[in-house]
Amino acid sequence: MAENVLQKIAVPSLAANETKSVAGPLIEVENLSLHYGSARALKNISVQFGEKVVTALIGPSGCGKSTLLRCFNRMNDLIDGVHVEGTIRVAGHDIYGTEVDVIELRKRVGMVFQKSNPFPKSIYENVAYGLRLHGVKKKSDLVAVVEQSLRAAALWDEVKDRLHSSALGLSGGQQQRLCIARAIAIRPEIILMDEPASALDPIATAKIEDLILELKKEFTIVIVTHNMQQAARISDHTAFFYLGELIEFDSTRKIFTNPAKKQTEDYVTGRFG
Amino acid sequence: MPTQTTLAPAQGRHFRSQTFQFGSFFFTGLTGLATLLILGILATILIYVVAQGWQGLSWRFVSTIPEKNFFDPATTGVLPMIVGTTIRVIVMTIFVIPVGVITATYLTEYAQTTSLLTRLIRSAVNNLAGVPSIVFGLFGVGFFINFVGRNIDALFHQGESKWGHAGLIWASLTLAVMTLPVVIVATEESLRAIPPGLREASLALGASKLETIVRIVIPQALPGILTGGILAVSRAAGEVAPILFTGVAYYMSGLPKSLTNQFMDLGYHVYVLSTQSPDIEKTRPILYATVVVLLVLTFALNLVAILVRARVRKKLRALH
Repeated sequence: MAENVLQKIAVPSLAANETKSVAGPLIEVENLSLHYGSARALKNISVQFGEKVVTALIGPSGCGKSTLLRCFNRMNDLIDGVHVEGTIRVAGHDIYGTEVDVIELRKRVGMVFQKSNPFPKSIYENVAYGLRLHGVKKKSDLVAVVEQSLRAAALWDEVKDRLHSSALGLSGGQQQRLCIARAIAIRPEIILMDEPASALDPIATAKIEDLILELKKEFTIVIVTHNMQQAARISDHTAFFYLGELIEFDSTRKIFTNPAKKQTEDYVTGRFG
Repeated sequence: MPTQTTLAPAQGRHFRSQTFQFGSFFFTGLTGLATLLILGILATILIYVVAQGWQGLSWRFVSTIPEKNFFDPATTGVLPMIVGTTIRVIVMTIFVIPVGVITATYLTEYAQTTSLLTRLIRSAVNNLAGVPSIVFGLFGVGFFINFVGRNIDALFHQGESKWGHAGLIWASLTLAVMTLPVVIVATEESLRAIPPGLREASLALGASKLETIVRIVIPQALPGILTGGILAVSRAAGEVAPILFTGVAYYMSGLPKSLTNQFMDLGYHVYVLSTQSPDIEKTRPILYATVVVLLVLTFALNLVAILVRARVRKKLRALH
């Protein structure tokens, strides 16, 4: 469903986003270290994430998985005293390079947060916000993309009759799907998800998980999760972090059935963490 | 064990407290008394003022431009004072809200909280709030009239005195400087109350910091900003000291025709009536009638601001 919907869209001002670049991994991390002041949150991480797959980042609280996720769209820039070493390339571009336009980066690397954070605007305006920011003015374009994004986020049928009422009137699960619709409206290549279902009930969580499986046909997804079953259900690759280090990165099947490291095995089987 | 005796069987215990809770009674009474005291003082003032002034009130009184000798209750009026006070409060609001909001936005959104400059600005704002209003009046003369006004005259009007004298604009600006801290503090508080998640959501969609502030942060903070405006209006409407040297006139033969004209003012007129009258007993009704008009006008200006805020709140809640 998601793919036929998305392919119909051709908003001229967003066309630049559609051009997929170089073959090979979409996200390449090389010797990445990150410090908050003097505390080291990430140690020498090197890893590569493929295109149109779901990669799960797992590990106990404070292991640096969210910090790494926030490196990919440079949200860590907002925190005082963060210092990054090493390189991250997204589609071949060094995103910590001096000539990088952070706004352009965030157009191509969208994000969904742990706590759903819809703007206190109407449902329609929430999805249209990013489009308006990036210069889409024509009403018919906006209407079309809003509908298609909401359909792609499996929310359209629930909200089509109240597009112009407040987004804050939606349930928690609906709000989170609205945030996903808002993120995909500007056609990013990558969607970062920071524990997107941790505050939701099991039914709403299942809907988000189904949605992620649907979205990976079009988007590259990196998801941080505390839920082992969730990682096992939805991801193709899994990276296990512990105390700021990448312990193991492999196919999800391998990580959950036959991990190479004892630490990984202990964590995924619930012996610690 | 004696403690076991307190564990009475369930059917023997009551939910209702058997003992008189002295502490609870005492503090409830104390807070209630304090509230009553405030209401009592307010009621006393209002009743006294209205009782003294009602004979002086009439449609003629509020709609008449008085003659030079405005102490005669039969012929006098306060129309120019109503107009003067209203205009100076409105012009002040037009200046103080944007400047206050921009300053508060800088302090909360841009400035580093620990930097020396930020702390300096913050303490300057706090000190500004503690400066006596007569000092603002003197500042208004020195800065706005003698410096800004005279320099405009020197540069654009060949030294002819068009701006470099007391006038509505300078009185309004002086009041704006005086009420600036109120607006800054109220705005800062409402900006800080906005969840950081909203800013992050906007930035993650590729919005710049400025776009985030203009499209998300400020609209959310609007009710708080307007609260600051309401407080500023309340404070400014009755102030006399700051306008004493910067714009108010003892007598004007008509209504002010431009912002550089001097003006008559309700608060100052109360002072004039109570100190300059040749016959105190005879002018007492119009003195108190003027006070009633001042109170009603202050209330009306506040009401306008409160209604605007209510509309904004409703719009934020209902959204289109």
